[in-house]
Amino acid sequence: MAAPTNSDVALSEQLPGAGGGPVTPKRGMPKINLRASGIYIAFALIVVLFAITTDGALLQPQNISNVIIQNSYILILAIGMILIIIAGHIDLSVGSVVAATGAIAAVLMVDHGWSWPLAILATLVVGGIIGAWHGYWVAYFGIPAFIVTLAGMLLFRAITMTILGNQGVGPFPEEVRTLANGFTEGYLGNVGLGPLGGADLFSIIVGGLVVIGWAVTQWRARVGRLGYGQQVEPMWLFLTKIVIAGAVVMGLIIQLARFKNLPWVLVLLAVLVLAYSVMTSKATFGRHIYAVGGNLQAATLSGVKVKSVVFWLFVNMGVLSAVAGIILAGRLNLAGPTAGNAFELDAIAAAFIGGAAVQGGVGKVIGAITGGLIMGVINNGMSLAGEPPERTMLVKGAVLLIAVAFDVWTKRRAGVAGR
Amino acid sequence: MTDDILRMRGITMEFPGVKALSDVNLTVRRGEIHAICGENGAGKSTLMKVLSGVYPHGTYSGEIEVDGEPGHFSGIRDSEHRGIVIIHQELALCAQLSIAENIFLGNERATRGMIDWNKTNHDADNLLKRVGLREKATTTVADIGVGKQQLVEIAKALSKSVRLLILDEPTAALNDRDSEHLLDLLRGLRDEGITCVIISHKLNEVISIADRISILRDGKMIRTLDPANDEITEDVIIAGMVGRDLEHRFPPHEPKIGEEVLRIENWTVHSPIQPDRAVVSNASLTLRAGEIVGLAGLMGAGRTELAMSVFGRSYGVGISGQVYKNGKEIRTRTVQEAIRHGIAYATEDRKRYGLNLIDDIKRNVSAAALTKLASRGFVNDNEENKVAESYRKSMNIKAPTVASITGKLSGGNQQKVVLAKWIFTDPDVLILDEPTRGIDVGAKYEIYTIINQLADQGKAVLVISSELPELLGLCDRIYALSAGRITGEVPREEATQERLMQFMTKGQG
Repeated sequence: MAAPTNSDVALSEQLPGAGGGPVTPKRGMPKINLRASGIYIAFALIVVLFAITTDGALLQPQNISNVIIQNSYILILAIGMILIIIAGHIDLSVGSVVAATGAIAAVLMVDHGWSWPLAILATLVVGGIIGAWHGYWVAYFGIPAFIVTLAGMLLFRAITMTILGNQGVGPFPEEVRTLANGFTEGYLGNVGLGPLGGADLFSIIVGGLVVIGWAVTQWRARVGRLGYGQQVEPMWLFLTKIVIAGAVVMGLIIQLARFKNLPWVLVLLAVLVLAYSVMTSKATFGRHIYAVGGNLQAATLSGVKVKSVVFWLFVNMGVLSAVAGIILAGRLNLAGPTAGNAFELDAIAAAFIGGAAVQGGVGKVIGAITGGLIMGVINNGMSLAGEPPERTMLVKGAVLLIAVAFDVWTKRRAGVAGR
Repeated sequence: MTDDILRMRGITMEFPGVKALSDVNLTVRRGEIHAICGENGAGKSTLMKVLSGVYPHGTYSGEIEVDGEPGHFSGIRDSEHRGIVIIHQELALCAQLSIAENIFLGNERATRGMIDWNKTNHDADNLLKRVGLREKATTTVADIGVGKQQLVEIAKALSKSVRLLILDEPTAALNDRDSEHLLDLLRGLRDEGITCVIISHKLNEVISIADRISILRDGKMIRTLDPANDEITEDVIIAGMVGRDLEHRFPPHEPKIGEEVLRIENWTVHSPIQPDRAVVSNASLTLRAGEIVGLAGLMGAGRTELAMSVFGRSYGVGISGQVYKNGKEIRTRTVQEAIRHGIAYATEDRKRYGLNLIDDIKRNVSAAALTKLASRGFVNDNEENKVAESYRKSMNIKAPTVASITGKLSGGNQQKVVLAKWIFTDPDVLILDEPTRGIDVGAKYEIYTIINQLADQGKAVLVISSELPELLGLCDRIYALSAGRITGEVPREEATQERLMQFMTKGQG
């Protein structure tokens, strides 16, 4: 995109509030920022659409549980991937790294009889080392990530096959399978929900605590902003948002509680999403990721340790790939040589559907998760409706293209200066 | 045929929510050099884009007549067919192609789709002779300087049998020698009957070259100065541009100079591309508290290279020499170290090196001192907002809120954001590289005021500038740099443009 032209300059100089004077808060209906919230609206529409076409099968307790478990490893990868994409890089190797780390976990636990916590720890460390390998070549040696991780894709697939001797290794210990596939126990027994039947009390309490905790955090943030004399959204909008989000989360939890309680991977995912969201929005390291992706030279000259930021992002991607590798292997109860094939493409697609910009500098963890869920729901909804896989693939391809086209289009309309 | 090659009447151009041009009339006579002056955002470039069809017919209202016939252009190709060629400020050359390939790009010397290379290079050589560029047509554009690239652009325009040539800030990136050559070339083209419209911020140039001068302000045509009836001086032009008399272009300032803060000794830097070539050799200079020191030098003298190599070795290889802060030697091997020692460097190229254009004002302001706003690795964004807001007010950054995207601000406001970023690091030494490049007169005055305030707070300021009047008006002491060596040091009272220019050209081939 071109640098801002004089016409943009003319525009900006005429904006209201120019001259450094006080800004009068806008009253009335706040405008919906389509670019920022379009993805969530799209997700809601897709869910509604498939809920209708599948006669509600999509939202059945067991199916929700399936969607989460089936997509958990892609979602975990998408978290790492969006950070790398925000920084302006890409990682094509994650599918192979998922396979390699799964294989290592399997060999350690099955062939060498390591205890599962130790084996998982060792696998995560190996994942970190693999990430450090990529990070070194990208950040310190200066080879484009596309090339480095394309090489890594081949390299770690080869290593996987070598480790496994071209055959699957399993079965995994009970605990690992539970983490990947299992559910929390009904620690507090069941509670009757009238026409909905019985549901797990523990799950409902956990869900309630999450919603309350989230509402309290939002409230305190609002009070904090008010304390600094900043503009906040009107109270009715604030409350509506809290109530709607709370209702969605509780609805999801209740459906899960009616089936088999909370999947452990959902607990893990929730913790990861929360931690990475806070990191990207609040931590200095998170800010540095956006700075590096937004303008590398400016970040360098502002004293951001850009090489170290990129290096640690790849290390992080390696560790998350190892997490995904363990969960995938645990779920299949087998580490296979072709595991994780093309996972990188799903993770990259999730990030871009979720609002990442091709040039870097833009994106959110929750966006990538939503992007991954959109694809997961399409997969699931279309297979429930009995559509053939080729049609599902067609739809997913179209969704990816439309999502990025929408992003480019809104950006063009907003006249944001690119480089 | 009339004597007017171009008449634009009642041109009005609206963007959502703003009138970029309102009822503008412009008449250009055949064979004249017509300058257009105005502050950034006054509508100069918009007017030229209307003329050349970048904004197609229908997006604006009003009439355009070329040679007395209506000129309704729906794209650049249309206007080029009528002999109107625009050369944009950011040159549109493909760096990896040869000069000849660039000249005939989109207009290839070909028969039946196959390029005739002999004819291409031969024709290109002739055009290069016409513009006075002594380079082979087969030279890659990346290998010639920006001054010569400008000439290639003009050669390209000539290849399209141009009759009305529009140049947008053609000398903005050129040194004085290249600028002079370019202006001579334009005079030569005028004698051959080619009409020129030139947009420029450099008023001395405008006065020396233009036959008539039109002044735009806030999208309106203020007046056209004609030497036949008007007195033409910089003050008259500036008065028209800003709508008020700027009695002083520089705010008055009484320096309070204290102790030495920074001393650079025997600083030598080699080019990263040719490691055996010294870009800066044995440079020594001192900066004192409360003092504004200028660094003058022609393009390529090594000013930016000197500054960036001191600032965390951001440029160059084989760097040697010492840096002393308050008398003690310090290490500035990384940008982090330099910032920690209280050194700040505001770049000459704010879009490429200064700002994250896709992010907002507050995050750009906090970028270099984020740790000041963070505890245990987490940023307090309320505090960040407050800090940025206070800079927005005190520096008069024209944006509705600090959440505005910096890429949408005008050059002057972007520069203020860059300055705010460095002021927030609370430096003792500020190196400001071309702090007013591409900024309009009003914003320049504000930037000068900020620089004076910084000096009054006891900070040492080093200003690098290509505009000698700016250094003379602002600085307490000026160093001249020529071919990487400090060739002179002149206190304010003894400084004149002539004296500095002598030092700046000393020892050059």
